[in-house]
Amino acid sequence: MLLIECPWCGPRDDQDFTYGGEAHIARPERPEKLSDEQWGDYLFMRSNPKGTHLERWVCNGCRRWFNVCRDTVTDEITAVYRMGEKPPGAIKKAGRKS
Amino acid sequence: MTSQPFRRLEGGLIDRDRPLTFRFDGSTFTGYAGDTLASALLANGVTLVGRSFKYHRRRGIVAAGVEEPNALATLREGNRQEPNLRATQVELFDGLTASSQNRWPSLDFDVGGINNILSRFLPAGFYYKTFMWPAGAWMFYERFIRAAAGLGKAPLLGDPDYYERRHAHCDVLVVGAGPAGLSAALAAGRSGARVILVDDNAALGGSLRGDTATINEVPALAWVDEVGGTLEALENVRILTRATAVGYYDQNLITVCERVADHLARPDPHQPRQRLWWVRAKRVVLATGAIERPLVFANNDLPGVMLASAVRTYQLQYAVKCGRRAVVFTNNDSAYSCVSALMGGGVPVSAVVDTRASGPGDAARKIVDSSGVECLFGHAVVGALGRQRVTSVEVMALADGGSRVTGRSRVIDCDLLCVSGGWNPTVHLFSQSQGKLRYDEGLTSFVPDASSQAESSAGAARGELGLDACLRGGIEAGAEAARLAGFTPTEDVEAARCDHVDEAPVEALWAVPLPARRHGKRFVDLQNDVTAEDVALADREGYQSVEHLKRYTTLGMGTDQGRTSNVNGLAILAGLRDSDIPSVGTTTFRPPFNPVTLGTITAREVGADLAPLRLSPMHDWHAGVGANFVTVGLWLRTQFYARPGEAMMEAINREVLAVRNAVGMVDVSTLGKIEIQGRDAAEFLERVYINRWTNLQVGRCRYGFMLREDGFILDDGTTTRVADNNFYMTTTTAQAGPVMAHLEYYAQTVWPELHVHLTSVTDQWAGMAIAGPRSREVLAAACEGGDVGDESLPFMGYLESRIAGVPVRLFRMTFSGEMAYEVHTPSDYGIRVWEALMAAGKDFAITPYGTEAMSVLRIEKGHVVGAELDGRTIPADFGFERMQKKDRDFIGKRSLERPALAYGPRKRFVGLISEDGRKIPRGAQLVWNPTAPKPVPMLGHVSSTCYSPNLGNYIALALLEDADGYQGKLLYASSPLTDSHVPVRVGHSVFIDPEGERARG
Repeated sequence: MLLIECPWCGPRDDQDFTYGGEAHIARPERPEKLSDEQWGDYLFMRSNPKGTHLERWVCNGCRRWFNVCRDTVTDEITAVYRMGEKPPGAIKKAGRKS
Repeated sequence: MTSQPFRRLEGGLIDRDRPLTFRFDGSTFTGYAGDTLASALLANGVTLVGRSFKYHRRRGIVAAGVEEPNALATLREGNRQEPNLRATQVELFDGLTASSQNRWPSLDFDVGGINNILSRFLPAGFYYKTFMWPAGAWMFYERFIRAAAGLGKAPLLGDPDYYERRHAHCDVLVVGAGPAGLSAALAAGRSGARVILVDDNAALGGSLRGDTATINEVPALAWVDEVGGTLEALENVRILTRATAVGYYDQNLITVCERVADHLARPDPHQPRQRLWWVRAKRVVLATGAIERPLVFANNDLPGVMLASAVRTYQLQYAVKCGRRAVVFTNNDSAYSCVSALMGGGVPVSAVVDTRASGPGDAARKIVDSSGVECLFGHAVVGALGRQRVTSVEVMALADGGSRVTGRSRVIDCDLLCVSGGWNPTVHLFSQSQGKLRYDEGLTSFVPDASSQAESSAGAARGELGLDACLRGGIEAGAEAARLAGFTPTEDVEAARCDHVDEAPVEALWAVPLPARRHGKRFVDLQNDVTAEDVALADREGYQSVEHLKRYTTLGMGTDQGRTSNVNGLAILAGLRDSDIPSVGTTTFRPPFNPVTLGTITAREVGADLAPLRLSPMHDWHAGVGANFVTVGLWLRTQFYARPGEAMMEAINREVLAVRNAVGMVDVSTLGKIEIQGRDAAEFLERVYINRWTNLQVGRCRYGFMLREDGFILDDGTTTRVADNNFYMTTTTAQAGPVMAHLEYYAQTVWPELHVHLTSVTDQWAGMAIAGPRSREVLAAACEGGDVGDESLPFMGYLESRIAGVPVRLFRMTFSGEMAYEVHTPSDYGIRVWEALMAAGKDFAITPYGTEAMSVLRIEKGHVVGAELDGRTIPADFGFERMQKKDRDFIGKRSLERPALAYGPRKRFVGLISEDGRKIPRGAQLVWNPTAPKPVPMLGHVSSTCYSPNLGNYIALALLEDADGYQGKLLYASSPLTDSHVPVRVGHSVFIDPEGERARG
């Protein structure tokens, strides 16, 4: 049971949010140019790291999406930032995708 | 029987001016205010309180608190009956009724006691062994095992009480109000931090409530009262008593179960029985104390064998003598304070048996020297003797580091054996917080090591057992917690002073060896009836991992969760494996720390309050005419409107025929409605729908499919261009939430550059559909805004108008296949417009219809709903492949080009008509021949089925492989669940008006 800081509503219990998977996965500009394998990679493959994970959440109160940096081992949340923003300073995304 | 023969005449924290009457197993007793059920039973000389789990052995009270493994009772009667409550935690109240468990017909004569005699046929893992051999044995045994196993019985009646949940935030949460917890709360509270202090007892003090120590030169309890008063006076401190912290979750969320009214016969009016607190704390201080370990020797489960600390608590806190003559058996110094409590309270102590050859430390030695009690150092109790309860104990000398006993045995008479095998810090919450434990050789127990969350342990909970260490550690932990939470601890808070007591170290003796050629059960886990021999058997049979041992023998399971047994059990296992305790490890402690009744967890979310109920703006009208309602998700919708004497099917058929032949009206307010506004609204729709939207003109509607990115259909619906940059989307009732979330996700995260804004307006608009050949006439009669003919409101057209003086949005669209209109109006006008349309339709015999008739109409017309759009279908399955844009991307398009969706043989949409007039079963599989040898190839499945009054037969919609090849053929709709196999003829999915002429008028 996480305590998540919505950038608009403030800290709330995780019941007030919905998880939206890994963050910073851009939808390909021209899907038709991709091979089936590349498209499948975009669609299904996620990094699933042990440790720092950048992920999307949506606040069920204000319906705004935002990014959360969470440690998948300790569940510690080290940063919350808005859509379109980069993760703060030192945080590097684990895994292979950009 | 004399009343309370074991009650001392003076002393203790009970109120002798308030006698309380209670019943246990049908007999009436008295106790005093301040008693627990256990102390009151002991005061009355009741030593037999239960039968053991497996062998049905006689069991008495062992402990005085949360660690009690035996004295589980069923409390109260009727609809307030509750099983498996620890008598040691039940506060006595007048009129309390309790009964023992796991015995039949009575506690004293229990038929299940035969298990004790047959115990060599009931070894560890007996239960599992019946699964394996002989074949089928489990089927035979199950009935008996299930009947004989288990302790209390769950109540069968509804719970008359109510429960609450409450959220709280604080800077410092202190768990436990003993010497360490009170000190921590004081240090944190003085700093100004918001402090919550919780303790599971009715009053503060913890172990100090049964202690003779002095703190700051006053009796310990006076110090407790003083600190309690100081904390009460601080506005930033909240004290919760009768409140047990039961769960420690991520990011310092601690659940606390507060027993608000369990000490009363019944809750006061408007008072919850229990309250579950969800406390979110910046810092947590765990001052949960320690639990004494029993010692493992033969017949150590006889009533009269008790923990030394418990005997002391009963003696001092409750003024109860637990026996007439005692022997104390220990491997550490703490039990010597029990000796002084017993002697001071008039219970002679025959001997102190200490496993340590060197004896205790100076303070303890002074106690026995001054009282002249015989001490047997380097000795052990090898067995407790007696049938109903302890009558004597057998003592022998230990040899070879405790690995064997030697010499002549000596029998010492006593009816009370006080045992102490050392102390286990109560690390359950720490362990739940994912903190790492470390085995401390000096303490012979596990202590908290590395924290995983923002917490610290203080006092006995971290292995600092001395009172002075608890007081000092509490202050330090409280001040540090406040500082880390952003507060400045005040300088003047000092640790309270008390005398330091030097103790000789505890000496591990995990199981007293059996003398040569002797038998006897040496219990490790009293609650689950697990003996040292069971641990050895499990080890021999290969269950050597501590987790396997737990599951095979049930050691450490149940409500007890190994509080007294865990360390002894794994130490014995380590001994058998010739390894050390740290490498054997310990099992995981799981929440809850103490059982929590389900009512407390659900709190107010029961019955009608389980989920919100959504009602249409026209609900009162439907209710007023006697509609039958059905739950659809959170909505309550009209299923049908039965007339007096009319059966359900008659009503539905009448409603269907009224729509096909004249006109009907249905409430569609439950449809999801979304306003899509902004400069890029049309472009946004272009990307989320499979069909084209930028060319939709203002005042026109269009039907479309929306896919998920993996290519499967998310939902279908109609969207109307109300203005250039303003679209009004409707979704199916069930998918309203998911569609809104889907659109928001893409608008915010994938295409944030698009200027589009989404608003859910489901609750803002009432909706009603009028359908049937005469629907236009009804609408024309009702509308005040001019013409509604083909010119101004063509098929898939949109018009704003007025009905009954209020604004309406008119859409010409159909779900039934008839000429039909949807009328939307702001919710508050819903009933007004509905009534106006009913009045206008009176001359045309307008018939209100419900969801059943709506469903029949759409099945006859072959329209899809959630049953078909089940997350496994794509547009082409329904013949909508031409709707898909070829020239540009949309969500899911690329996935549709994957081979499996683009070329794979897929099931397609067909209609079925019953061949012999029988009902087509729901969810049936389509097969060639239902009697063919299994497995029968499954060709497809029925998605929707109904009786069609227009065709006079049962029909269905289905998804079928090689749909073209099976056209006109006979198949079977086979439902093994209901054993019905109905022949069906495969045909087109549209049963009525395939050309769609009716809708266009």
